[in-house]
Amino acid sequence: MKYLCIIMVCMIASVGNAQVKLLSLENFDKRLASGKDTTFVVNFWATWCAPCVEELPHFERLQAEKSSSPLKVILVSVDSKSKLSQVVDPFVKTHKLQSEVYIFDEPDQQKFIDHVNKSWSGSVPATLIVHAASSRRDFYEREFSFEELKTLTIKPN
Amino acid sequence: MKKVVMSCFLLLAVCMKLSAQGYTVGSVVEDFRLKNVDDKMVSLADFKSAKGFILVFTCNTCPVAKDYENRIVALNDEYAAQGYPVIAINTNDPVASPGDSFGKMQERAKEKNFKFPYLVDADQQLTKRFGAAHTPTVYILSKTAKGNVVEYTGAIDNDQDESNPSRSTFVKNAVNELMNGKKPSVSKTKAVGCTVKWKKA
Repeated sequence: MKYLCIIMVCMIASVGNAQVKLLSLENFDKRLASGKDTTFVVNFWATWCAPCVEELPHFERLQAEKSSSPLKVILVSVDSKSKLSQVVDPFVKTHKLQSEVYIFDEPDQQKFIDHVNKSWSGSVPATLIVHAASSRRDFYEREFSFEELKTLTIKPN
Repeated sequence: MKKVVMSCFLLLAVCMKLSAQGYTVGSVVEDFRLKNVDDKMVSLADFKSAKGFILVFTCNTCPVAKDYENRIVALNDEYAAQGYPVIAINTNDPVASPGDSFGKMQERAKEKNFKFPYLVDADQQLTKRFGAAHTPTVYILSKTAKGNVVEYTGAIDNDQDESNPSRSTFVKNAVNELMNGKKPSVSKTKAVGCTVKWKKA
């Protein structure tokens, strides 16, 4: 069974040419609200942000490691929409990112910054953790180690 | 479980430390004295004829700050003569971010022909005092009887890579309003930027 999993992960990885998609703020909200018992870990990053790029593997690992409760990592790039096909898409491919990657379909940065969290100054990396069933919505404007991320995403009781 | 609780407390402490408030609109700014790229010390008090200032917390290395360099130069070209000079301050620790060393700042200032001070905040105290969390961040000050008062904080505009058709030139608008004797109609904005590279303890 373990081997089957590994083989499957490898297969998914080999076909995993994740495409960066545009995401409206409305659909972002809907997605997070529909999660029920799923903990969403939304990381805001940018291709130009060195600490973000360093941190990305932690999120990928968090998703890949078996978690006792449902967990979904979503990567939202704050690169400009105009950079999607020339910069962000190639970046996702070179770094073989498996998580879903989006760019907000909203040219006004202030709109999405405030929409995500009023207290967000706009620095990246930043991470939002949402668990609809327990009305959890925590926002962090900082970097995380893998261990910290794991601690933070433990299902709240 | 104990470990989890401990980690949570630690995280909370870190978050609280990071969100420590700095100057906001209406705050009176304490003057400072920082070294410029020409090795001379610069204070706000040196600018006798200034009506105010466009302070830009920036750095050499942040791609967003770099995108805005030409616009910072243009702001000084337009407003210095009208009494609102630009003063740029490098927020980053040169050990945490080697591209932000004094030598590299001198190079950049020369390369881009900065006609305004580009100051080193060596102990990062000014960055902390202002509460500038990321680069680039602008504080527009006006000189009043009370001292230098913060009139605007935030982004230069809402068009980092000059592709937003509904562009608002926040800083220009605010300075224009101040010059017309009005308070900026938009006094606080946000944009994406790079975190300040703090000195590692």
